[in-house]
Amino acid sequence: MRQVAIYGKGGIGKSTTTQNTVAALAEAGKQVMVVGCDPKADSTRLLLNGLCQKTVLDTLRDEGDDIELDAILKPGFKKTRCVESGGPEPGVGCAGRGIITSINLLESLGAYTSDLDYVFYDVLGDVVCGGFAMPIREGKAEEIYIVASGELMALYAANNISKGIQKYAHSGKVRLGGIICNSRKVDGEYDMLKAFAQELGSQLIHFVPRDNLVQRAEINKKTVIDYDPTAGQALEYRTLASNIDNNDMFVIPKPMVQDRLEELMMEYGLMEL
Amino acid sequence: MAITEKQLEELLAQYPSKVQKTRRKHILIKDSTTETPQVIEANTRTVPGVITNRGCAYAGCKGVVVGPLKDMVHITHGPVGCAYYTWGTRRNKAKTDGDPTKNFINYCFTTDMQESDIVFGGEKKLAKVIDDVMEIFQPNAISISATCPVGLIGDDIGAVAKRAEEKYGIQVLSFNCEGYKGVSQSAGHHIANNGLMEHVIGKGELEEAPAKYAINVLGEYNIGGDGWEVERILEEIGYHIVTVMTGDGTYEELKNAHVADLNLVQCHRSINYIAEMLEIKYGTPWMKVNFIGVNSTVETLRNMAAYFGDEALIEKTEEVIARELARVEAKMDQYKKICEGKTAFCFVGGSRGHHYQGLFRELGIETVLAGYEFAHRDDYEGRQVIPDIKLDADTKNIPDLHVEKDPERFRLKLTPELYEELKKKIPLSHYAGMNVEMKDGSIVVDDLNHYETEEFIKILKPDIISSGIKDKYVIQKMGIPSKQLHSYDYSGPYAGFNGALKFAEDITMSFSTPTWNFITPPWKDEPLLVGTVADAEGVA
Repeated sequence: MRQVAIYGKGGIGKSTTTQNTVAALAEAGKQVMVVGCDPKADSTRLLLNGLCQKTVLDTLRDEGDDIELDAILKPGFKKTRCVESGGPEPGVGCAGRGIITSINLLESLGAYTSDLDYVFYDVLGDVVCGGFAMPIREGKAEEIYIVASGELMALYAANNISKGIQKYAHSGKVRLGGIICNSRKVDGEYDMLKAFAQELGSQLIHFVPRDNLVQRAEINKKTVIDYDPTAGQALEYRTLASNIDNNDMFVIPKPMVQDRLEELMMEYGLMEL
Repeated sequence: MAITEKQLEELLAQYPSKVQKTRRKHILIKDSTTETPQVIEANTRTVPGVITNRGCAYAGCKGVVVGPLKDMVHITHGPVGCAYYTWGTRRNKAKTDGDPTKNFINYCFTTDMQESDIVFGGEKKLAKVIDDVMEIFQPNAISISATCPVGLIGDDIGAVAKRAEEKYGIQVLSFNCEGYKGVSQSAGHHIANNGLMEHVIGKGELEEAPAKYAINVLGEYNIGGDGWEVERILEEIGYHIVTVMTGDGTYEELKNAHVADLNLVQCHRSINYIAEMLEIKYGTPWMKVNFIGVNSTVETLRNMAAYFGDEALIEKTEEVIARELARVEAKMDQYKKICEGKTAFCFVGGSRGHHYQGLFRELGIETVLAGYEFAHRDDYEGRQVIPDIKLDADTKNIPDLHVEKDPERFRLKLTPELYEELKKKIPLSHYAGMNVEMKDGSIVVDDLNHYETEEFIKILKPDIISSGIKDKYVIQKMGIPSKQLHSYDYSGPYAGFNGALKFAEDITMSFSTPTWNFITPPWKDEPLLVGTVADAEGVA
């Protein structure tokens, strides 16, 4: 079983990318579980064709500790298993602790069965506290992919997340598997991301181009693979999935100092001027 | 047996150099011949890794100051441990007087937060606990004390308290006394003082004291019934006790604390904030008192009589003193025969480390080492150093409550001339601290830790150590009687005349028990010096 966590700046397209990748893996016959680690609970919407998942924490609150796995684990596209951790409403309680609670509960309920090929964790925004680092602590996820684009703030976030991975890598088995570019069509994006990934000691595992089809599929509550399996964009996600499936480059990232990151931006971002 | 600078250096040499430097500032060898008074560092963070006796801010707020108010229900908001381990352990006793349904001292109330309360916030559960409390107990008021996780997840306990006040029409006090708020329980005392001063004291309707010689007793927590013995003496002399803060005290009485003519301060550290604020707001002077030991009690009673300056009161005071002395002195002398010539360590809280030295002295026991867990520099060196105490971030963490003269209720109790004159004779609005009473060569240690306790025992070999539960059994296993002066080991009272006798009896028993014949302290069968025998050429 490979446990994969997807991190990245808020709004970069983690959930969309994760679900499309998972859909491609499922299509290829893999057994995949997706664990949404975001209080908004929108990490499995496309696989389930709508927001119909009751979260682990809501169930825990309503029904107490005595929960059946079926109550929180819903089958989605091509038998993917979908779980939403959930969390408190904004401004109260501790969402980080919530993620710890729900992952522990999943373990004790036996969600991690041996027939699983993959578990994907889709984690909220940046690593904000210990709870959100849960998937990469204590031997949960061992592979991390960071979703980024050519925008400076996305790269800042990716670099920061690398710092978190570096910290936990030294005390555990977690490694960076690569950078996924979810293109925003900024200048010199491909080269910049390639250089950025290399500078971290990692790789650009795939460059996903921008396509309005993704938006259309989302409005229809579907992944691209589900909505239009023959489209070029579906092929892109299949390539990403197969690159991840065949990946053998797992590194402890070497995060950059701020100046170096900005230098990189100057070098690639202003090339055409 | 005294200690030399060299021995002290050797003791500290076991620490990493940075810790050595830090700890050195918390230890003094008393020397009254120095040009400027000796300075000790206190109320700073404990060095991580050492085993300290200290408690936390929650312990100081709910456990010490607020908890003893018996007609209130005190809710600990947090996981169950903080509430459970502070349940009854301080032995602050309380009698039911008047309405038998209004004494909640034996109960323990907590929200018992579970994991889902941490994740989703605990406000709803807290509100529910208040509803339950109102349905079942109907206390005169409620307090909410926050524990660490509450601060981390940001529950707004103030808002919950406010809604409950509106719903039930009683006061609900909320204290943000999360354990991590300060370097020790001292922070919690300050938080509690601020809360009681701001929200309770002065809320009563009395404008004048209902009787002559009206006093408040501050910093008396009625451990083992201390307060009752003090009250017995004071009431016989003719004092009218408005309220006791807070041992066996009530919320209802506390509201009228503003009408007293004088505030007595027993435990300076935990309640001096209220004493000071009462003086500013209502013009009530405070006096440092000490009811531990026969001599200290006598001196305190005479100081009190001198404050009021009333001939009849002075006469009655002397009459009671004479009668009590005649009753207890002969018995004290009996115990003294066994205690005489022994030495003690006295390491307690924020005032007992000082107070009990006098009682030991009366029994012929010399205190060779003393210290406080959580005191500030003024408790060691005297209040005159307060302006020089440097404020660090930890101190600033607790907001200072600023009070002003109450235009309606402020009364000058003494003329300024009389006030100044009395100040020369009695400890009026002043505490001279512990150090001044200690003999040259004795040791003062702030925040004594486990390692230092053992090492000082090895050097000074005291006959008795008075401290708390955390080091009690370590000390006894070293063959030395340990007398807990936080909880009195299920005994007491130790205050006043009867208390002094009880204490003398208890420690005489400790000395006389055959138990010690079964324990050999390490220095009795382990060599103090280690060496090898040289051969004929002088080579070892």
